[in-house]
Amino acid sequence: MDVLYFAWVRERIGIPKEKIDTEAATVADLVRELVAREERYAAAFADLSALRVALDQELSGFDAPLTGVREVAFFPPMTGG
Amino acid sequence: MRVSVQEEPFDLGAEANRFAEGDTGSGAIVTFTGVVRDLAQGNLDVMEIEHYPGMTEKAIAAIADDARQRWSLADVLVIHRYGQLAPGDRIMMVATAARHRKDAFEAAEFLMDYLKSRAPFWKKEISGEGSDWVAAKDEDEAALDRW
Repeated sequence: MDVLYFAWVRERIGIPKEKIDTEAATVADLVRELVAREERYAAAFADLSALRVALDQELSGFDAPLTGVREVAFFPPMTGG
Repeated sequence: MRVSVQEEPFDLGAEANRFAEGDTGSGAIVTFTGVVRDLAQGNLDVMEIEHYPGMTEKAIAAIADDARQRWSLADVLVIHRYGQLAPGDRIMMVATAARHRKDAFEAAEFLMDYLKSRAPFWKKEISGEGSDWVAAKDEDEAALDRW
């Protein structure tokens, strides 16, 4: 699946987008996988309450299942307007 | 209804005129314009606005659809810019047209409250002192509760 990062999450991880092969069942499982990979992911995901997640461009939650999901995006709370 | 997510500036007067044109059934048109505010020290060089192409357009359209369900609106316009902006630049505008002003005002406020916290934009302030991502405010999230 495609995993996208925005704003300071993108800056901490160092890339805007990557393809990830995963068996993770939920968003939280995917986060655990990423955090275990490298320090930059651990830094980006240190405080999940400061993060939001979208699945296939719809806001979702960290306990949501990833079944059938093609695009996951992680970002801080939005500041539009 | 028109939603435009764009990098280039927009002409506020021309957009407002075009929005109002030919609509004889609406007695009220409300427009709101968001402007890049300078820092308290007056040293903001650039405000950089990042967004999530694809999701941004969908999220704004969903918010506008929601507004049309809640209020009796003849039309809705949302323009939101991204990229590099300077203090005083117009970031975005919202316009609503309705038979009566209460619908137009309330729907415009609703649109602004939701665009602030539910449209995937992120602002970064860049000054001589460095750069900072603008943090979302608790009061912006709380503002959604009244709807």
